[in-house]
Amino acid sequence: MADLLQQVAEHRDVDAFAQLFQAYAPRVKSYMMRQGADPNTAEELAQETLLTVWRKAALYSGDKGSATTWIFTIARNLRIDRLRREFPWQELPEGHDETASSDILPDEAVSEAERRKRVQDALASLPGDQHEVVSLSYVEGMSHSEIAERLGLPLGTVKSRMRLAYQKIREAVEDLK
Amino acid sequence: MTIIHHADDSTLMSYSAGTLGEALSAVVASHLAVCPHCRTELAAMDRLGGLMLASLPGSAIKLAPPRAAAPACEHKPPAASAAVDGGPVPAPLTRLIGNDLNAVPWKRLSVGVWHSRLPLSEGAKGDLRLIKIAAGQMMPDHGHGGSELTLVLEGSYTDGLGRFGAGDIADLDQDVDHQPVADQDTGCICLIASEEKARFKSIMARIAQPFIGL
Repeated sequence: MADLLQQVAEHRDVDAFAQLFQAYAPRVKSYMMRQGADPNTAEELAQETLLTVWRKAALYSGDKGSATTWIFTIARNLRIDRLRREFPWQELPEGHDETASSDILPDEAVSEAERRKRVQDALASLPGDQHEVVSLSYVEGMSHSEIAERLGLPLGTVKSRMRLAYQKIREAVEDLK
Repeated sequence: MTIIHHADDSTLMSYSAGTLGEALSAVVASHLAVCPHCRTELAAMDRLGGLMLASLPGSAIKLAPPRAAAPACEHKPPAASAAVDGGPVPAPLTRLIGNDLNAVPWKRLSVGVWHSRLPLSEGAKGDLRLIKIAAGQMMPDHGHGGSELTLVLEGSYTDGLGRFGAGDIADLDQDVDHQPVADQDTGCICLIASEEKARFKSIMARIAQPFIGL
Protein backbone atom coordinates (compact mmCIF):
# COMPACT_ATOMS: atom_id res chain seq x y z
CA MET A 1 0.00 0.00 0.00
CA ALA A 2 2.89 2.32 0.74
CA ASP A 3 4.05 1.70 -2.83
CA LEU A 4 0.69 2.77 -4.20
CA LEU A 5 0.82 5.96 -2.18
CA GLN A 6 4.37 6.55 -3.36
CA GLN A 7 3.13 6.19 -6.94
CA VAL A 8 0.43 8.74 -6.29
CA ALA A 9 2.89 11.07 -4.59
CA GLU A 10 5.62 10.94 -7.19
CA HIS A 11 3.82 10.32 -10.44
CA ARG A 12 0.25 11.46 -9.78
CA ASP A 13 -0.69 7.95 -10.85
CA VAL A 14 -4.49 7.86 -11.29
CA ASP A 15 -4.65 4.05 -11.41
CA ALA A 16 -2.68 3.73 -8.20
CA PHE A 17 -5.09 6.18 -6.61
CA ALA A 18 -8.07 4.10 -7.75
CA GLN A 19 -6.54 1.05 -6.07
CA LEU A 20 -5.87 3.00 -2.87
CA PHE A 21 -9.47 4.18 -2.94
CA GLN A 22 -10.80 0.65 -3.28
CA ALA A 23 -8.66 -0.57 -0.42
CA TYR A 24 -9.25 2.25 2.03
CA ALA A 25 -12.50 4.10 1.33
CA PRO A 26 -14.70 1.20 2.58
CA ARG A 27 -12.67 0.96 5.79
CA VAL A 28 -12.73 4.70 6.38
CA LYS A 29 -16.50 4.59 5.86
CA SER A 30 -16.79 1.88 8.52
CA TYR A 31 -14.56 3.92 10.81
CA MET A 32 -16.76 7.00 10.43
CA MET A 33 -19.90 4.95 11.10
CA ARG A 34 -18.37 3.43 14.23
CA GLN A 35 -17.59 7.00 15.31
CA GLY A 36 -21.28 7.87 15.08
CA ALA A 37 -21.75 9.13 11.50
CA ASP A 38 -24.85 8.04 9.55
CA PRO A 39 -24.06 6.00 6.39
CA ASN A 40 -24.36 8.96 3.99
CA THR A 41 -22.17 11.24 6.06
CA ALA A 42 -19.70 8.39 6.61
CA GLU A 43 -19.47 7.87 2.86
CA GLU A 44 -18.94 11.58 2.21
CA LEU A 45 -16.19 11.68 4.83
CA ALA A 46 -14.56 8.58 3.33
CA GLN A 47 -14.59 10.24 -0.10
CA GLU A 48 -13.14 13.39 1.37
CA THR A 49 -10.44 11.48 3.25
CA LEU A 50 -9.24 9.80 0.08
CA LEU A 51 -9.45 13.04 -1.87
CA THR A 52 -7.22 14.62 0.77
CA VAL A 53 -4.82 11.69 0.29
CA TRP A 54 -4.70 12.61 -3.40
CA ARG A 55 -4.28 16.32 -2.83
CA LYS A 56 -1.63 15.99 -0.13
CA ALA A 57 0.21 12.98 -1.49
CA ALA A 58 3.21 15.17 -2.22
CA LEU A 59 3.60 15.65 1.54
CA TYR A 60 3.75 11.92 2.17
CA SER A 61 7.13 10.36 2.57
CA GLY A 62 7.37 6.58 2.82
CA ASP A 63 10.15 6.63 5.40
CA LYS A 64 8.02 8.47 7.95
CA GLY A 65 5.47 5.75 8.44
CA SER A 66 3.09 3.51 6.64
CA ALA A 67 0.41 4.61 4.20
CA THR A 68 -2.15 3.16 6.61
CA THR A 69 -0.92 5.38 9.44
CA TRP A 70 -1.02 8.42 7.21
CA ILE A 71 -4.57 7.72 6.03
CA PHE A 72 -5.65 7.09 9.62
CA THR A 73 -4.39 10.51 10.71
CA ILE A 74 -6.23 12.22 7.84
CA ALA A 75 -9.47 10.37 8.69
CA ARG A 76 -9.07 11.12 12.40
CA ASN A 77 -8.58 14.83 11.82
CA LEU A 78 -11.55 14.98 9.49
CA ARG A 79 -13.66 13.26 12.14
CA ILE A 80 -12.63 15.78 14.80
CA ASP A 81 -13.42 18.64 12.44
CA ARG A 82 -16.72 17.37 11.01
CA LEU A 83 -18.24 14.99 13.54
CA ARG A 84 -17.10 16.67 16.73
CA ARG A 85 -16.92 20.14 15.21
CA GLU A 86 -13.73 20.88 17.08
CA PHE A 87 -10.41 22.15 15.82
CA PRO A 88 -8.01 19.27 15.09
CA TRP A 89 -4.72 20.19 16.75
CA GLN A 90 -3.19 16.93 15.59
CA GLU A 91 -0.67 17.38 12.82
CA LEU A 92 -0.38 14.95 9.98
CA PRO A 93 2.89 13.04 10.41
CA GLU A 94 4.74 14.95 7.68
CA GLY A 95 4.98 17.97 9.95
CA HIS A 96 8.27 17.33 11.67
CA ASP A 97 11.27 16.55 9.55
CA GLU A 98 13.52 16.16 12.55
CA THR A 99 11.59 13.35 14.24
CA ALA A 100 13.39 10.22 15.31
CA SER A 101 12.45 8.23 12.24
CA SER A 102 14.56 10.48 10.02
CA ASP A 103 17.49 10.21 12.44
CA ILE A 104 17.83 6.50 11.76
CA LEU A 105 20.95 5.68 9.82
CA PRO A 106 20.32 3.73 6.61
CA ASP A 107 21.96 0.56 7.89
CA GLU A 108 19.81 0.65 11.01
CA ALA A 109 16.61 1.26 9.14
CA VAL A 110 14.20 -1.62 9.21
CA SER A 111 11.63 -2.11 6.57
CA GLU A 112 8.29 -0.50 7.18
CA ALA A 113 6.72 -3.90 6.57
CA GLU A 114 8.69 -5.47 9.42
CA ARG A 115 7.75 -2.68 11.81
CA ARG A 116 4.15 -2.95 10.84
CA LYS A 117 4.12 -6.70 11.31
CA ARG A 118 5.61 -6.43 14.80
CA VAL A 119 2.97 -3.94 15.89
CA GLN A 120 0.27 -6.08 14.34
CA ASP A 121 1.47 -9.15 16.22
CA ALA A 122 1.71 -7.21 19.47
CA LEU A 123 -1.80 -5.88 18.95
CA ALA A 124 -3.13 -9.36 18.26
CA SER A 125 -1.53 -10.74 21.42
CA LEU A 126 -2.88 -8.07 23.79
CA PRO A 127 -5.00 -9.41 26.65
CA GLY A 128 -8.71 -8.99 25.94
CA ASP A 129 -9.28 -6.24 28.50
CA GLN A 130 -6.46 -4.14 27.03
CA HIS A 131 -7.50 -4.69 23.44
CA GLU A 132 -11.05 -3.70 24.39
CA VAL A 133 -10.12 -0.25 25.74
CA VAL A 134 -7.81 0.46 22.78
CA SER A 135 -10.58 -0.47 20.37
CA LEU A 136 -13.24 1.58 22.18
CA SER A 137 -10.91 4.57 22.03
CA TYR A 138 -9.51 4.30 18.49
CA VAL A 139 -12.46 2.76 16.69
CA GLU A 140 -15.54 3.84 18.63
CA GLY A 141 -14.10 7.26 19.40
CA MET A 142 -14.94 7.15 23.10
CA SER A 143 -13.05 9.27 25.62
CA HIS A 144 -11.37 7.51 28.52
CA SER A 145 -14.12 8.75 30.86
CA GLU A 146 -16.79 7.40 28.54
CA ILE A 147 -15.01 4.04 28.38
CA ALA A 148 -14.84 3.96 32.19
CA GLU A 149 -18.57 4.62 32.34
CA ARG A 150 -19.40 2.02 29.68
CA LEU A 151 -17.34 -0.70 31.35
CA GLY A 152 -18.19 0.29 34.91
CA LEU A 153 -14.52 0.79 35.77
CA PRO A 154 -12.63 3.54 37.58
CA LEU A 155 -11.05 6.01 35.14
CA GLY A 156 -7.61 5.10 36.53
CA THR A 157 -8.11 1.46 35.51
CA VAL A 158 -8.96 2.45 31.93
CA LYS A 159 -5.85 4.63 31.77
CA SER A 160 -3.57 1.92 33.14
CA ARG A 161 -4.94 -0.60 30.63
CA MET A 162 -4.18 1.91 27.88
CA ARG A 163 -0.63 2.38 29.18
CA LEU A 164 -0.06 -1.38 29.49
CA ALA A 165 -1.31 -1.95 25.95
CA TYR A 166 1.01 0.73 24.63
CA GLN A 167 3.99 -0.65 26.57
CA LYS A 168 3.59 -3.94 24.73
CA ILE A 169 3.35 -2.22 21.35
CA ARG A 170 6.43 -0.16 22.16
CA GLU A 171 8.43 -3.17 23.31
CA ALA A 172 7.58 -4.92 20.08
CA VAL A 173 9.32 -2.26 17.97
CA GLU A 174 11.89 -1.02 20.48
CA ASP A 175 14.78 -3.24 19.35
CA LEU A 176 14.12 -2.12 15.78
CA LYS A 177 15.16 1.43 16.52
CA MET B 1 15.26 23.35 25.95
CA THR B 2 15.64 20.41 28.32
CA ILE B 3 12.31 18.77 28.91
CA ILE B 4 11.94 16.68 32.05
CA HIS B 5 8.18 16.34 32.44
CA HIS B 6 6.32 14.63 29.61
CA ALA B 7 2.71 13.89 28.79
CA ASP B 8 1.33 10.66 30.22
CA ASP B 9 1.11 7.77 27.72
CA SER B 10 -2.64 7.55 28.26
CA THR B 11 -3.03 11.26 27.43
CA LEU B 12 -0.99 10.88 24.24
CA MET B 13 -3.07 7.84 23.27
CA SER B 14 -6.27 9.78 23.71
CA TYR B 15 -4.79 12.56 21.56
CA SER B 16 -3.73 10.02 18.92
CA ALA B 17 -7.18 8.42 18.89
CA GLY B 18 -8.72 11.88 18.48
CA THR B 19 -10.81 11.62 21.63
CA LEU B 20 -9.04 14.20 23.79
CA GLY B 21 -11.02 17.43 24.02
CA GLU B 22 -9.99 20.51 22.09
CA ALA B 23 -8.60 22.47 25.06
CA LEU B 24 -6.43 19.61 26.34
CA SER B 25 -5.37 18.81 22.77
CA ALA B 26 -4.10 22.36 22.32
CA VAL B 27 -1.70 21.88 25.23
CA VAL B 28 -0.56 18.46 24.00
CA ALA B 29 0.04 19.84 20.47
CA SER B 30 2.10 22.70 21.92
CA HIS B 31 4.18 20.28 24.01
CA LEU B 32 4.71 17.95 21.03
CA ALA B 33 6.00 20.86 18.96
CA VAL B 34 8.96 21.19 21.33
CA CYS B 35 9.37 17.58 22.53
CA PRO B 36 10.96 15.02 20.15
CA HIS B 37 10.55 12.29 22.79
CA CYS B 38 6.76 12.58 22.86
CA ARG B 39 6.64 12.92 19.06
CA THR B 40 8.31 9.51 18.77
CA GLU B 41 5.75 8.00 21.16
CA LEU B 42 2.91 9.62 19.25
CA ALA B 43 4.18 8.21 15.94
CA ALA B 44 3.98 4.69 17.39
CA MET B 45 0.46 5.38 18.68
CA ASP B 46 -0.67 6.71 15.30
CA ARG B 47 0.70 3.52 13.76
CA LEU B 48 -1.51 1.60 16.17
CA GLY B 49 -4.46 3.71 14.95
CA GLY B 50 -3.60 2.88 11.35
CA LEU B 51 -3.67 -0.82 12.12
CA MET B 52 -7.00 -0.50 13.93
CA LEU B 53 -8.39 1.26 10.83
CA ALA B 54 -6.94 -1.36 8.48
CA SER B 55 -8.43 -4.20 10.52
CA LEU B 56 -12.01 -2.88 10.18
CA PRO B 57 -14.30 -4.72 7.78
CA GLY B 58 -15.16 -2.37 4.90
CA SER B 59 -18.60 -0.87 4.22
CA ALA B 60 -19.81 -0.73 0.61
CA ILE B 61 -19.11 2.57 -1.12
CA LYS B 62 -22.05 3.69 -3.24
CA LEU B 63 -20.70 6.71 -5.07
CA ALA B 64 -17.95 6.63 -7.65
CA PRO B 65 -14.54 7.62 -6.36
CA PRO B 66 -13.74 11.31 -6.69
CA ARG B 67 -12.09 12.07 -10.01
CA ALA B 68 -8.44 12.41 -9.34
CA ALA B 69 -7.45 15.31 -11.52
CA ALA B 70 -3.73 15.47 -12.04
CA PRO B 71 -3.18 19.21 -11.50
CA ALA B 72 -4.78 19.20 -8.04
CA CYS B 73 -1.49 18.82 -6.26
CA GLU B 74 -0.40 20.61 -3.13
CA HIS B 75 3.27 21.15 -2.71
CA LYS B 76 5.20 21.05 0.48
CA PRO B 77 4.58 24.20 2.49
CA PRO B 78 7.64 26.27 3.33
CA ALA B 79 9.30 25.28 6.59
CA ALA B 80 8.18 27.20 9.67
CA SER B 81 10.27 30.32 10.11
CA ALA B 82 13.19 30.27 12.52
CA ALA B 83 11.60 33.08 14.52
CA VAL B 84 8.62 30.86 15.33
CA ASP B 85 10.79 27.88 16.23
CA GLY B 86 13.04 29.88 18.51
CA GLY B 87 10.44 31.92 20.38
CA PRO B 88 8.59 31.02 23.58
CA VAL B 89 5.35 30.39 21.70
CA PRO B 90 5.17 26.82 20.32
CA ALA B 91 4.36 26.84 16.58
CA PRO B 92 0.80 25.41 16.86
CA LEU B 93 -0.19 28.10 19.34
CA THR B 94 0.84 31.00 17.08
CA ARG B 95 -2.48 30.42 15.29
CA LEU B 96 -4.21 31.81 18.38
CA ILE B 97 -1.78 34.24 19.97
CA GLY B 98 0.87 35.14 17.41
CA ASN B 99 4.48 34.97 18.48
CA ASP B 100 4.73 37.60 21.19
CA LEU B 101 3.63 36.80 24.75
CA ASN B 102 3.78 40.49 25.63
CA ALA B 103 1.18 41.28 22.99
CA VAL B 104 -1.38 38.95 24.61
CA PRO B 105 -4.37 40.86 26.05
CA TRP B 106 -3.58 40.05 29.68
CA LYS B 107 -6.26 40.65 32.28
CA ARG B 108 -5.21 41.16 35.85
CA LEU B 109 -6.74 38.52 38.09
CA SER B 110 -5.10 39.41 41.38
CA VAL B 111 -1.79 40.72 42.67
CA GLY B 112 0.93 39.20 40.49
CA VAL B 113 -1.46 36.96 38.53
CA TRP B 114 -2.80 37.66 35.03
CA HIS B 115 -4.75 35.50 32.61
CA SER B 116 -5.98 35.52 29.05
CA ARG B 117 -8.68 33.20 27.85
CA LEU B 118 -8.19 31.58 24.43
CA PRO B 119 -11.08 30.82 22.08
CA LEU B 120 -12.29 27.27 21.45
CA SER B 121 -14.66 26.01 18.77
CA GLU B 122 -18.31 26.58 19.45
CA GLY B 123 -19.62 23.67 21.47
CA ALA B 124 -16.17 22.49 22.55
CA LYS B 125 -16.07 21.66 26.23
CA GLY B 126 -13.26 22.69 28.49
CA ASP B 127 -11.24 25.77 29.13
CA LEU B 128 -8.00 27.03 27.62
CA ARG B 129 -6.08 30.00 28.90
CA LEU B 130 -2.72 31.56 29.46
CA ILE B 131 -1.67 32.36 33.00
CA LYS B 132 1.14 34.70 33.96
CA ILE B 133 2.47 34.57 37.51
CA ALA B 134 4.97 37.10 38.83
CA ALA B 135 8.24 35.89 40.37
CA GLY B 136 7.68 34.22 43.75
CA GLN B 137 3.88 34.36 43.53
CA MET B 138 1.90 31.31 44.55
CA MET B 139 -1.21 29.79 43.10
CA PRO B 140 -3.50 28.72 45.96
CA ASP B 141 -3.70 24.99 46.63
CA HIS B 142 -6.28 23.43 44.37
CA GLY B 143 -7.57 20.05 43.33
CA HIS B 144 -8.93 19.18 39.91
CA GLY B 145 -12.44 18.32 38.84
CA GLY B 146 -11.23 16.49 35.76
CA SER B 147 -7.98 16.34 33.83
CA GLU B 148 -5.84 19.43 33.72
CA LEU B 149 -2.75 20.02 31.58
CA THR B 150 -0.24 22.81 32.18
CA LEU B 151 2.57 23.64 29.77
CA VAL B 152 5.29 26.10 30.77
CA LEU B 153 5.97 28.54 27.93
CA GLU B 154 8.39 30.87 29.68
CA GLY B 155 10.10 30.98 33.07
CA SER B 156 9.49 28.20 35.56
CA TYR B 157 7.55 27.13 38.62
CA THR B 158 8.03 24.61 41.38
CA ASP B 159 5.47 22.51 43.22
CA GLY B 160 5.35 19.21 45.09
CA LEU B 161 6.00 17.36 41.83
CA GLY B 162 9.22 19.21 41.05
CA ARG B 163 10.45 22.12 39.02
CA PHE B 164 8.75 22.80 35.69
CA GLY B 165 10.63 24.83 33.07
CA ALA B 166 9.88 25.83 29.49
CA GLY B 167 8.49 22.90 27.51
CA ASP B 168 7.61 20.82 30.58
CA ILE B 169 4.05 19.61 30.82
CA ALA B 170 2.21 18.83 34.06
CA ASP B 171 -0.27 16.06 33.32
CA LEU B 172 -2.43 15.81 36.41
CA ASP B 173 -5.21 13.49 37.43
CA GLN B 174 -8.24 14.88 39.13
CA ASP B 175 -7.16 13.78 42.59
CA VAL B 176 -3.78 15.50 42.59
CA ASP B 177 -3.34 18.54 44.77
CA HIS B 178 -0.56 20.86 43.84
CA GLN B 179 0.58 24.32 44.79
CA PRO B 180 2.74 25.91 42.10
CA VAL B 181 5.03 28.78 43.01
CA ALA B 182 6.59 30.80 40.19
CA ASP B 183 10.37 30.76 40.52
CA GLN B 184 12.04 33.84 41.98
CA ASP B 185 14.22 34.97 39.13
CA THR B 186 11.78 34.59 36.26
CA GLY B 187 8.12 34.35 37.06
CA CYS B 188 6.18 32.05 34.81
CA ILE B 189 3.88 32.00 31.82
CA CYS B 190 1.84 28.82 31.32
CA LEU B 191 -0.77 27.45 28.97
CA ILE B 192 -3.44 25.70 31.03
CA ALA B 193 -6.31 23.55 29.85
CA SER B 194 -8.95 21.77 31.86
CA GLU B 195 -11.62 19.50 30.52
CA GLU B 196 -14.37 21.02 32.58
CA LYS B 197 -15.21 24.65 32.27
CA ALA B 198 -17.14 25.18 35.48
CA ARG B 199 -14.52 23.59 37.63
CA PHE B 200 -11.78 25.72 36.16
CA LYS B 201 -13.78 28.86 36.82
CA SER B 202 -14.01 27.89 40.45
CA ILE B 203 -10.25 27.44 40.52
CA MET B 204 -9.86 30.90 39.08
CA ALA B 205 -12.19 32.25 41.72
CA ARG B 206 -10.13 30.60 44.42
CA ILE B 207 -6.94 32.05 43.01
CA ALA B 208 -8.50 35.48 43.06
CA GLN B 209 -10.25 35.04 46.39
CA PRO B 210 -7.51 36.01 48.84
CA PHE B 211 -6.83 39.17 46.94
CA ILE B 212 -10.10 40.56 45.70
CA GLY B 213 -12.50 38.98 48.17
CA LEU B 214 -14.74 37.02 45.79
